Amino acid sequence: MHQNLLKYKHYRYLKLFLVLAVASIALYFSQGEDQPANGGTLQGYILGITSAFFILLLTFLGIRKRSYSSNMGTVEGWTSAHVFLGTSLLLITTLHAAFQVGWNVHTLAYILMLAVIFSGFFGLFAYMHYPRILSSNNNGTSQDQWFDDLQEIDEKIKNLAISCRTGVRLMVLSAIENTQLDSTLFKQLRGKDGSKIRLQSGSKQLVTNKNQEIIIDILSTAIPNSQKQAEASALNEILTLFSRRQRLLKIIRRTLQVKAYLKAWLIFHIPITIALLAALIVHILVVFIYW
Amino acid sequence: MDSHKYKVVIIGSGPAGLSAAARAAHYSQEGSSHLLLEAFSSPAKTIFQYQKGKHVMDEPGFLDLRSPMEFVAGKRETVLQAWEDGLKNCEVNVQYETEVVSISGENPNFIIKLKNGNEITSENVILSIGLQGNPRKLGMPGDDESDFVRYTLEDPAEFEDKTIVVIGAGDAAIENALGLAQQNTVHIINRKNEFARAKEGNLNAVLAAINSKSNEFYCGYNTNVKSVQLPDGNGQNGAIVLDTPDGDKEIACDCIIARLGAIAPRRFVESCGVQFPNDKPDSIPDLDNQYQSNVKGLYIIGALGGYPLIKQAMNQGYDVIEFIHGKEIKPADHPLLEQQFKLLPYAMDAQKVLELYQQRVPMFRRMNALAFRELIIESNIVIALDEELYTETQKEEKIARNAGVSKLTKLIKAGDYIFKKGDYSNSFYTIVEGEVYLDSGTGKKFTVGAGQFFGEMSLLSGRPRKAHAIASSDCILIETSRRIMIKLMNSNDEVAEGINRIFITRALQGAFSPKLPNKELVQLAGTVEMLEFKANEEIFKEGEKGAELYLIRSGTVSLSKGNVVTVQLQSGDLVGQMALMGNPVRLHTAKAAVRVEALKINRQQFITLVKSNPDEIKVLQKNLAELMKNSNSMGSVVEAAETVSFLLDKGLGEATNALVIDETLCVACDNCETACAETHNGISRLDRESGSSFAGLHIPISCRHCEQPHCMKDCPADAIHRAESGEVFIDTSCIGCGNCETNCPYDVIKMSYDMPKKPSLFAWMFMGVGSGPGEPKKVTIDKKAKDKGKKAVKCDACMDLKGGPACVRACPTGAAIRISPNDFVELVDGR
Ligand SMILES: Cc1cc2nc3c(=O)[nH]c(=O)nc-3n(C[C@H](O)[C@H](O)[C@H](O)COP(=O)(O)OP(=O)(O)OC[C@H]3O[C@@H](n4cnc5c(N)ncnc54)[C@H](O)[C@@H]3O)c2cc1C
Ligand code: HEM
Ligand code: HEM
Ligand code: SF4
Ligand code: SF4
Repeated sequence: MHQNLLKYKHYRYLKLFLVLAVASIALYFSQGEDQPANGGTLQGYILGITSAFFILLLTFLGIRKRSYSSNMGTVEGWTSAHVFLGTSLLLITTLHAAFQVGWNVHTLAYILMLAVIFSGFFGLFAYMHYPRILSSNNNGTSQDQWFDDLQEIDEKIKNLAISCRTGVRLMVLSAIENTQLDSTLFKQLRGKDGSKIRLQSGSKQLVTNKNQEIIIDILSTAIPNSQKQAEASALNEILTLFSRRQRLLKIIRRTLQVKAYLKAWLIFHIPITIALLAALIVHILVVFIYW
Repeated sequence: MDSHKYKVVIIGSGPAGLSAAARAAHYSQEGSSHLLLEAFSSPAKTIFQYQKGKHVMDEPGFLDLRSPMEFVAGKRETVLQAWEDGLKNCEVNVQYETEVVSISGENPNFIIKLKNGNEITSENVILSIGLQGNPRKLGMPGDDESDFVRYTLEDPAEFEDKTIVVIGAGDAAIENALGLAQQNTVHIINRKNEFARAKEGNLNAVLAAINSKSNEFYCGYNTNVKSVQLPDGNGQNGAIVLDTPDGDKEIACDCIIARLGAIAPRRFVESCGVQFPNDKPDSIPDLDNQYQSNVKGLYIIGALGGYPLIKQAMNQGYDVIEFIHGKEIKPADHPLLEQQFKLLPYAMDAQKVLELYQQRVPMFRRMNALAFRELIIESNIVIALDEELYTETQKEEKIARNAGVSKLTKLIKAGDYIFKKGDYSNSFYTIVEGEVYLDSGTGKKFTVGAGQFFGEMSLLSGRPRKAHAIASSDCILIETSRRIMIKLMNSNDEVAEGINRIFITRALQGAFSPKLPNKELVQLAGTVEMLEFKANEEIFKEGEKGAELYLIRSGTVSLSKGNVVTVQLQSGDLVGQMALMGNPVRLHTAKAAVRVEALKINRQQFITLVKSNPDEIKVLQKNLAELMKNSNSMGSVVEAAETVSFLLDKGLGEATNALVIDETLCVACDNCETACAETHNGISRLDRESGSSFAGLHIPISCRHCEQPHCMKDCPADAIHRAESGEVFIDTSCIGCGNCETNCPYDVIKMSYDMPKKPSLFAWMFMGVGSGPGEPKKVTIDKKAKDKGKKAVKCDACMDLKGGPACVRACPTGAAIRISPNDFVELVDGR
């Protein structure tokens, strides 16, 4: 019932892609001996106009995606076509340009197009690959719930910390306070854990508490050293909670990272598309002026 | 003995009697004498016994009051005072503390015996003694009226910090429970799953109390009383044992207040010579439409005559005096009736038409004429006309509409569909004239004629129509909404039985196509038992020996092997037929996934059915083989079966159209939510990320469009409907009470203000105005929206969008789809 966007309608657009590929290759080789293959031949024109038309069509996805009550197909269908037609451009434009590249505005358009297409490939890969990871990482719990759980654990730890000696208590609190979950897309992508901890109370210096390892170490050594029974059991509980916290943070960080991957590539894909459109207009104008 | 012979003696000074007496006093000035007798020490004992300060309601709103006595909604005290004043002003001749013990004779020679031994003679008698006579008891050891078990509650303030169990679902029970709840822990016990009989105001109040977390107010639905344990000594707690959907439950309590309604003081009424249509305890004496019983000159009005509301009782009191004085007046709701019949081709008076119609339909024939009248007023009268007449009548309709008439006879063209196969409509149709053709679309065709009814399948099962219904020319139908029909079936066993019987007959016909003479089939249907199973109740167990099969009437049944669900079956499907068609040992455990009603068919009945049409056995065998195949293919893939269990668990068994997201495809772009908000006034009706997941399938919080929508029950405004294409939607008449929000088990209804209008997509894209597509994170609600208040919002499956659900169409990856239980196998198989 569920069908991924490549398989959409029994590979409708893959089939179209194959037909296009064969047709454009045939067209390319139909260029006669007397006029070498070039963007300026009849065949070259056909290939060029097709390419330009496809680029506009692909760009239109951004608008269709936001026309929420549109009856013009489904967004999945549009995306499926987008991916296959986008890929076919690789062939069609190359044949249009007849492998002629140089330091000019024509090649600039070509290179921008390649950038869009290859970022698209990454996007496609992300769309195909990451949801599965996200699903198994989240294991049925939503991101909001993870954050709620985290907050609950923090509350509990803070309450338990009251019955610990001051040094340990401050460390525990600083570990919580300096836990870092990235908010910018770039940091989320990197997925580096910048959590810190203050080991000496009063000192300004924070040291890394990556993966909550330091605090967990400290707690496990503090337990046998604690003088009071009550403190020992509180520390013990805090330790368990920190272990859960560690696992939770890992999951959240991974979720954020994966979600960032799913979004970030579009930040290249879309602006380069705009640049491509600009370069394309120049290309076409230039060609007509210097004709 | 009072030697004077009265023109009319009125017995009982409730609203009915008071109004009658006041009108009679008017005629006394013209020399015809009257007397009002009341057993109690002041007028209107029933109202007197309401709780102090009770708000007395003046429903039904569309009915005008016609009485010399005043009555407007207000405090009990105000109402009573107005009546006391009215009695004086109208110079009513009343005697209190005068209980009547017998009435004999007939017009014009009645002899009325009083408890004090006196006798009174009269030409006419109006009996308006109400129904309060004998409260209905619990019917089990220990139920006698005592300090522990009570049938009335005079002053709720008498109780403080006690635990009290109130039994009943009517207005009295609700009002008592609410009155007590302020300073006690209260449990209200409802035999049914909704407060169907309660009036609007009470309904809202009790649901609000149940939902409120600030008081100790609990409600047990679908709960019956099993036994009562009287307290051992004074001041001690007693207890009540309840039979609940989750098993037996004991509640220790200080007091039980049972408000189970009352039984008509029938013996007394019968002793006057009045006949009742049947032996049922709630049956109402047969009256003509002048409220006269079979005893000439003995009139019965008010609650005793089957009219449970004050205004109706008062109107009848006025009217009956007019009738006695030979005035042919029309009842106060007569104009409503006239409008219903307005476009029919009769020259007859509306009252005559009404009588005619009741005679035409056997099931309604024995209904109280007045109850039938009410049914007609609340239903639609539909007439199917041929082209020419249709156009002509349409003009007439237009004129009436322009004159401001809101409800009129409904016109359709002959040959048009009344409903189509697959439609989700669920009203009930009774044919009074002409014929209707039912066409199953698979070759089975039936004709239903005058006096018969159809549409009961969808009414009872919540499933789409199983056939097309086509109107013949000039046929006239009574179209009754599900809500009214359910109410009628709850209050009138005869109608309930009549519909059930036909349902069973037709269900058997549908399942076995027996070639039995109709009489035999109906007889057989009469022996078939109807069973009800609670959610998660087992119908039978794997390995058990079985000798019967079940035909599902409503709900979903899951079949499982071991612990693994392999198949789910729905209304119209057979369960357990294997036991009768081969192996008597059950191969599966059958369990009700939601509340299920099923017909139990035993071996004998089964043999009779299939013997009559041996060809059908092949069909049954084929279906069974199909079922076994599906079950085995599912059972062999444990994950698939587990997934189905998960889906059933999340309520998809009762869904007709639910959103299911494939997590392995979903890129978390939330385009579905954005699309929903954009197509629905800025408020998303789905919450993608919340909800539950299992094995890569995610069921977001979003409407399932249940077969029998829980949200619909208890909607006081009757604002929730099901479109013919199945979508459950809320119309603009929502009053924002929040009942549906509470009643939906899947948490999909939100209460929300209207959202402010948004700048266009292009303004956002190119000028950065507004927050972009989707539900805004921060909004300021404008004053107009605030004044309008929060209204319930929920998914309408985009019934107004041509392309269908926007969420699904906006999903770039194909992760979001909408399915019904029929798609389960395909859904999990394809994974
Ligand atoms: C708790 C409760 C709340 C209600 N709330 C509302 C409401 O808000 N709005 C509404 O419209 N309706 C309400 N009703 C319904 C309404 O009270 C009745 O419909 C109405 O009272 C019926 O009027 P009646 O005149 O037929 O009978 P009753 O009001 O019952 O009057 C019968 C009278 O006859 C007297 N009587 C009985 N037997 C004898 C005898 N043998 N000899 C002499 N006198 C006798 C009784 O003492 C009594 O005064 C409510 C009912 C209850 C129980
Ligand atoms: C309306 C569509 C187009 C037209 C009319 C067009 C026309 C032409 C012409 C006439 C030439 C030959 C120029 C020459 O020989 O000097 C050419 C070359 C070329 N075109 Fe296009 N073109 C179109 C679309 C595109 C597109 C979509 C791309 C890729 C983004 C593209 C990339 C190129 C390249 C790389 C060359 C080779 C330049 C070179 O010779 O160095 N063209 N085009
Ligand atoms: C010149 C070629 C291309 C252009 C101009 C282009 C342009 C665009 C644009 C404008 C969007 C809309 C983004 C948004 O509004 O959110 C988009 C989305 C996308 N593109 Fe491309 N694209 C091109 C080629 C490709 C290729 C070759 C692929 C993959 C093989 C691809 C994959 C995608 C995907 C997966 C999306 C996201 C769809 C969604 O989430 O709705 N694109 N592209
Ligand atoms: S079907 Fe329409 S209304 Fe329902 S959730 Fe989807 S977008 Fe919203
Ligand atoms: S709102 Fe809730 S109860 Fe009503 S149909 Fe939807 S899921 Fe069912």
